[in-house]
Amino acid sequence: MKKLSVKTIVAIGIGAALFFVLGRFVAIPSPVPNTNISLQYGILAFIAAVFGPVAGVLAGLIGHFFIDFSYGWGVWWSWVIASAVFGLVSGLVTMKLNLDEGEFSSKSLLVFNGGQILGHIVAWVVVAPVLDILMYAEPANKVFLQGVVSAILNIVTTAIVGTILCIAYAKAIPKAGSLTEED
Amino acid sequence: MTNLFNYIERKSAIHNLTGATKLICLMLWSFAAMGTYDTRYLAVLSLLSMVLFKIGHIRIKDVSFMLGFTAVFLLLNTVLVYLFSPLHGTEIYGTTTYLTAYHGYFAPTAEQLFYHLNYWLKYLATIPIILLFVCTTNPSEFAASLNRIGVSYSVAYSVALALRYIPDVQHQYYEISKASQARGVEMSKKESLVHRLKAASAILVPLILTSMSRIEVISNAMELRGFGKNKKRTWYMERPFRVWDYLCMVICVGLLAITLVLNHVNGGRFYNPFQ
Amino acid sequence: MTDNIIEFRDFGFQYKAQQSPTLYDINFAVKKGEKVLIAGPSGCGKSTMVHCMNGLIPFSYNGTMTGSVTIAGKETKDASLFEISHTVGTVLQDSDAQFVGMTVAEDIAFALENDCIPQPEMKERVKQVAKMVNIGDFLSHAPSEVSGGQKQRVSVAGVLVDDVDVLLFDEPLANLDPATGKQAIELIDEMQKQTGAAVIIIEHRIEDVLHCPVDRVVLMNEGRIVVDTSSDKLLSGDYLERCGVREPLYVTALRYAGVEITPEKHPSNLETFALTDEEKEKVHQWFKEVPSAVQQPSADYMLQVAGVEFGYEKMMTSVLHDISVDVRRGEMLAIVGTNGAGKSTFSKVVCGFEEPTKGSITFCGEVFSTYSIKERAEHVGYVMQNPNAMISQVMIYDEVAFGLKNRGIPQDEIDRRVEEALRVCGLWRMRKWPISALSFGQKKRVTIASILVLGPEMIILDEPTAGQDYKHYTDIMEFLLELHAKGITIVMITHDMHLMLEYATRAVVFSHGRVIADDTPAHILTNPQIIEEASLKETSLYHLAMKCNLKDPTAFVQRFIDYERNTARHDESV
Repeated sequence: MKKLSVKTIVAIGIGAALFFVLGRFVAIPSPVPNTNISLQYGILAFIAAVFGPVAGVLAGLIGHFFIDFSYGWGVWWSWVIASAVFGLVSGLVTMKLNLDEGEFSSKSLLVFNGGQILGHIVAWVVVAPVLDILMYAEPANKVFLQGVVSAILNIVTTAIVGTILCIAYAKAIPKAGSLTEED
Repeated sequence: MTNLFNYIERKSAIHNLTGATKLICLMLWSFAAMGTYDTRYLAVLSLLSMVLFKIGHIRIKDVSFMLGFTAVFLLLNTVLVYLFSPLHGTEIYGTTTYLTAYHGYFAPTAEQLFYHLNYWLKYLATIPIILLFVCTTNPSEFAASLNRIGVSYSVAYSVALALRYIPDVQHQYYEISKASQARGVEMSKKESLVHRLKAASAILVPLILTSMSRIEVISNAMELRGFGKNKKRTWYMERPFRVWDYLCMVICVGLLAITLVLNHVNGGRFYNPFQ
Repeated sequence: MTDNIIEFRDFGFQYKAQQSPTLYDINFAVKKGEKVLIAGPSGCGKSTMVHCMNGLIPFSYNGTMTGSVTIAGKETKDASLFEISHTVGTVLQDSDAQFVGMTVAEDIAFALENDCIPQPEMKERVKQVAKMVNIGDFLSHAPSEVSGGQKQRVSVAGVLVDDVDVLLFDEPLANLDPATGKQAIELIDEMQKQTGAAVIIIEHRIEDVLHCPVDRVVLMNEGRIVVDTSSDKLLSGDYLERCGVREPLYVTALRYAGVEITPEKHPSNLETFALTDEEKEKVHQWFKEVPSAVQQPSADYMLQVAGVEFGYEKMMTSVLHDISVDVRRGEMLAIVGTNGAGKSTFSKVVCGFEEPTKGSITFCGEVFSTYSIKERAEHVGYVMQNPNAMISQVMIYDEVAFGLKNRGIPQDEIDRRVEEALRVCGLWRMRKWPISALSFGQKKRVTIASILVLGPEMIILDEPTAGQDYKHYTDIMEFLLELHAKGITIVMITHDMHLMLEYATRAVVFSHGRVIADDTPAHILTNPQIIEEASLKETSLYHLAMKCNLKDPTAFVQRFIDYERNTARHDESV
């Protein structure tokens, strides 16, 4: 593995802090009773798209670990790992995007959302339930249903929040470079 | 502002252990408790963890807030498991012992209740240890500990940065969300889901944009002070290992070994009193 | 071998993303142990100079360099960032971002940790430098537990542990209250004397930096060095005025009085400034001649806050004690005090972001406490310090319309009100622009427009001009004056004494959660007791008045402000 740049290290730290704050203190009720919308995945997908899959994995892992940790109920590893897997998958798919240079076309929009949808499906419909069964011997129908519901909610959340963030960020970068492309 | 670590500075044998030792022991202990459903062993671990809790000089009222959360979480999960799989116990233990005259789908069985008992014991065995870790580990030492147990120092420092900037991010989120409420942003149940998400984005966009510039400034500040120069780095807060540290780790390895042995003896993760 | 520690020769730099160079023909050197001030308006290239001196250029920012920069005799491009960081220590403007450690001690040790210094030696060195900058008692404190000034001391200590030859300060005064700023300048002076390191200060607040002597001042404008000379010579010429950098107020006052400023008089420090009796008489004469402009405050109370108490749950101590403040219709009020004195909390309580535990707030006779945040915003608008923390839309029009859309107002009314707000803020012609194309000051206008559109009779601005150079400062403040003239009541939270003196009609001083004074700015800035208690700083005009043996220094300060308002500023705007 290539050595991480200092910027990526900082991005992981701040990304994890954002993930934690949103996941821990921001409660937006969702249509499913007793479940809140997880805004943090919108941010995680964005961080992964800008700083790459390594940042995605680690920010998700650290951020989610801290959330569980702060509640004191023990770290629910299967879901922590699922968050990391989401960061990884969406980061891998979006590696070619140049958000940093202010590019976010409708094609990028499709890539970004393809990445996040794939990421959420892998994370919540595959990784989390399988680990739940392996690690905690939970009943299969319960964990798969939980997984599917989470995946759907998270996909909708990320599609809206993540996309808005990408657009806002790309537009906020002064495109001095594009001035030279005029001729 | 809520602090992630609930570090309480007191003098105790547990406080004296290095952060790295506590982290290793926490993981070994969790694996030991996670790896088995042997009721007898889980009961022993639960008892032991409560004794350690006492030795760490942590009082129930120090952690009552976290315990409350845990209790709600456990209850909810128990109810969910029961609703979805009232026969999960039967599947695991292979017998069905009805406890009431009612024999329908949701009929309580001894196996199901026993499964739930084990589930609760698992938590009883790990929660005091986690709380103990949270209350007796100085957060400053946490990153150094991670590095000590083999995590690269870059990643360990990411963890430290997250801990450092959580209060700042939290404060900023709060300010931005209040200012946007003044402009009429609402996220209550009255509005539709899509509307709520769009409203949330109105807070997240400024939060992310300011965070991105923060990332740039912090990474400059770190590079200017030589971060990433060497393959290793030393830590101001690191403490040397003592005899007790090694002893604790050996004991925890032993606990994990017992789990593995039991799994072998029981022919699986479950201890089955029904057959 | 020369004894130049830093040397630029025919240097130029162009950022990769930019169309034209940021620096041209830079020839400049700093000797070992020298103290140099680099001044200039925003965008003059001084931040880029900082990056060139600490190695971020060429190692972190991409671009094309021409000519040469050497540090300790070595071309920076042949060195490494780490090598340079051992010679040049940088104290960044944002001391919150520079404070990466979990505690004071860890942050000071950061560079040593990266250098793999063994722990016992590390602890010893940390103790030493902490003592040097006077934060030895706070070693185990978290960043949230120390003040802004202390954070900056931590940053200085974190650089000093490395035994650097050059200390580089990037806008050290930007985030500090006046008294702390003064201490910071004294600390820098002391560190230079103790360590013998060369010191380079980048700052546009010249009067405050000159509180302690500097060897040279380099003035920059539009990417070039305008002049590189002694501070006395600089103040004697018209360089500063031409570049839009503010000269010390006492120098301006003396010019008004017709006193000629020459290097021989040592104008860079008022204490050593040699004034003849004849010149003092000129000042007396000017004071007598200038008419005083007396303003009658309106008696129409708009906001009345009485006996308000507030405390955060977790902390046992309260943040506001028994606060009673009245704001009259049509006022331009300044709220001043140190960081943490409670001035921001006060405004949050007024806007409903926080609930007071006691006391009453009435607005135009209505009980305000029953209003929601959203309802209060239609009467009192709040503008945050950092415009980036308020902007959530991409286009200017959408940003301004946002608050109205959320309120479900019909589209034709939105159009009408947005147009009005944009016209008032001078943004109408740019309505279709993306916000990213705007400067900081213009973004500030957008945030003000997005608040004004909700129709408040009063707006509260948190540090409206923080970090702005004189030109941008003047732009923003003149804009606020225009709003004020249109009947909006304005409350400014600030620790900028110039701002309060020049623009506020009244000032309320906060200290440790209490109101300790409520008076005209001129009275407050000439009252040593209040100044001491609230960490403010006397205006140099006061010292000038004392130096000229004027009987009523407060009246002199007031006269100066009135003169600037009526004569000088009027000339500019015509």
